[in-house]
Amino acid sequence: MKPKFHRSSAKTTDKAATVALYTVADLFLVLLAAFTIYIFYRGAVAFKPEYLSFTREGIGIQFFNTIYLVLISLLISVPIGIAAGIYMAEYSGGGRISRFIRTCIETLASLPSIVVGLFGYLVFVVMTGSHWNLLAGALAVSILNIPSLTTVTEDALESVPELYREGSFGLGATHWQTITGVILPAALPRVLTGIVMAAGRGFGEAAALLFTSGMSSDVNFRNWNPWSRTSPLNLLRPADTLAVHIWALKTEGIEENAAQLSDLSSAVLMILVFAFSLGSRCIGDRLERKITGSEPKGSKKAWKRK
Amino acid sequence: MKLKREKWKKEYLGRTAVTLAGLFIIVLTLAIGAFLFYKGTATFTSDHHTVAEFLFSSNWEPAQQGSGGKVGAAIFIVGSIIISAFALLLATPFSIAAALFMTEISPSAGRRILQPAVEIFVGIPSVVYGWVGLTVLVPFLAKVFNLAYGYSVLAGAIVLAVMISPTITSVAADAIRSVPNEYREASYGLGSTRWQMIYRVVIPAAMPGILTGVVLGLARAFGEALAVAMVIGKMQAFPKGLLSPTTNLTAEITASMGNTAEGSEWNNALWAMALLLLIISFLFIVIIRLIGKKGADKT
Repeated sequence: MKPKFHRSSAKTTDKAATVALYTVADLFLVLLAAFTIYIFYRGAVAFKPEYLSFTREGIGIQFFNTIYLVLISLLISVPIGIAAGIYMAEYSGGGRISRFIRTCIETLASLPSIVVGLFGYLVFVVMTGSHWNLLAGALAVSILNIPSLTTVTEDALESVPELYREGSFGLGATHWQTITGVILPAALPRVLTGIVMAAGRGFGEAAALLFTSGMSSDVNFRNWNPWSRTSPLNLLRPADTLAVHIWALKTEGIEENAAQLSDLSSAVLMILVFAFSLGSRCIGDRLERKITGSEPKGSKKAWKRK
Repeated sequence: MKLKREKWKKEYLGRTAVTLAGLFIIVLTLAIGAFLFYKGTATFTSDHHTVAEFLFSSNWEPAQQGSGGKVGAAIFIVGSIIISAFALLLATPFSIAAALFMTEISPSAGRRILQPAVEIFVGIPSVVYGWVGLTVLVPFLAKVFNLAYGYSVLAGAIVLAVMISPTITSVAADAIRSVPNEYREASYGLGSTRWQMIYRVVIPAAMPGILTGVVLGLARAFGEALAVAMVIGKMQAFPKGLLSPTTNLTAEITASMGNTAEGSEWNNALWAMALLLLIISFLFIVIIRLIGKKGADKT
C-alpha cells in the first residue's frame, strides 16, 4: 500500500463527488424553475380576458367544477379519514385488525388512480344506472384521499406528548373526551396541513375523473337551483375539472383555441397547486406556534413510519 | 341507568363511530379488490380466453360485440414494463444524489431550498407533466433525433422520470437522515473522506429506505396513466428502440374504456388489464414490506 498516494486520490474522489452532488442539486432547482417559468409564460401568452368567462369559450366552468368537486370530496373524505386515523392511533391497539387495516391503507394509497377511476365508474356510474356525474368524481377522489388523511391524522395524534393525555385522564375525562378535548386540538395543525395537501392533490387529479365525472359540462350560471340539471350546484351533472379539461383539449380538442385554453388551464392549475402547497406550510407553522407556543419542528413525512 | 347513558355519550358513541371508520377502510379495500376481480376475470370465464393468451400473445383484436376476438395484451404489458424501467434508470441516480446533497453536503440549503422544491415537484399534477412533455419534449426529441414525430418510449420515460424522482428523493432523504450520527463520526474517526463516509457507511446503512423509495417510484411510474398516454404515441406495436412509439396498459385503458360497450369482449379485456394493474401495485407493497422487514432484521 502507498498510503500517501491513496490518501490524495481519495481526496480527489471526494472533491469530484461533492461537485457532482452540487451539480445534481442545482439541476433539480433549474428544472423546477424552468418548468414553472415555462408554464406561467405559456399561460400569460395565451391569456385573453374572455377565456376566463363562464361559457364554452372560457375555463370559468372548469375552474368552478375543480373547486366544487374537491370541496365535496373533502366533505366526504375528511370525516372518514380523521375518524379512521383516531381509531388507528387511539383504539386499534396494534393487534391483528389494526395490522390488517394498515395493509389496506397501504394498498389504497398505492392504487393507480386510473384503477380507482374504473372502480368509481363501475360502482358510482354503471351500477347506479346514472350518467357521468360530479358526485361520482368526488367519491373517487375521496377514495384517493382517505388513506393519506388517515395516516396524517394517526401520525399527528401519536406525536402529541403523553403528558397531555395523562393530564386529561387525571382530571377524570374519558378516553373519548381526552381525544376530542385535548389530543385532537393539539394535533390540529398537522391534520389541517394534511387536509390542505389532500385538496392540492385533488385539484390535479384527472385519471380518476375521466370516467366518473366525465369530460364535459353543460351549465347555466344563472340557474342556482341545485335540483336542476343545468345548475352549477347540481351534484348529478357531468363536470370536467381543469385537469381533465387539459387532457381533453390535448387529446380530442377540436376548438381552434384548444392550445391556448390548455396553456391557460395548466397555468391556472399550477397557481392553485402552488397556493395550496404554500398555504399548507403557512397554516401548519402558524397554528403550531399559536397552539403550542413553540417554534415549528421540521414537518415530518406522513408515510414515514418505524 | 342514567350513569350508563352518560358513559355511552362520553365514550362509547365516539369510540363506535371511529371504529366503524376503521372497518370502513377494510370494506372499501376489499370491495375494490372484489369488484376488479369480478370484472377482470370475465375475459377468462365468460369469453374463454386463457391467462397465457392474455399475458403472452401480442394479438390484440378484441370483438366490439359478443366474443371471438383475440385479447393478447403482451404489447401493452411490455410497453408498461419498458417505460417504467427506463424511467427508473434515469431517475434513481439523480434522486439519490439529490437526497445525499440535502442530507450530507448541505443540510441547511437542503432544508430551506431543495426540500420545498421537491415538495412542489411532488404536487405538480400529472396532466401538467404530460402537457409539458407534449409541448416541449416531444417536438424537441423529433428535432434532435430527426424523427417524424417525437412520440416515443424515451419521451414517456423522461416524463415519468421527472415525475417520480421527487418521490424517490424525499423517501431516500428520510432514510439517509435516520442513519445515526455515530456511524458518520466513526467513519470520520477512521480517517475517511466525506465521500468515503457516504459511499461506504451512509448509503449501505440507508439502503432499505432507499430501496423503498425506488419501489414507490416504480409503483407510481407503472400506474401513471395520462402523462404517459400523452407522449407515448399509442402505437400498437412492440417498440423497436428507445425512439419508437408504443403503447402501454394505462394508455390503452384510458383511450378505449369510454368507447366500449359494457360487457363486450373488448370491455372485459380492458378490465382484465385494470386487474393486472391492481395485482402489480399490490406486489409492489409486498416487496416494500419485505425490504422493510429485511432492514429491521439487520439492525
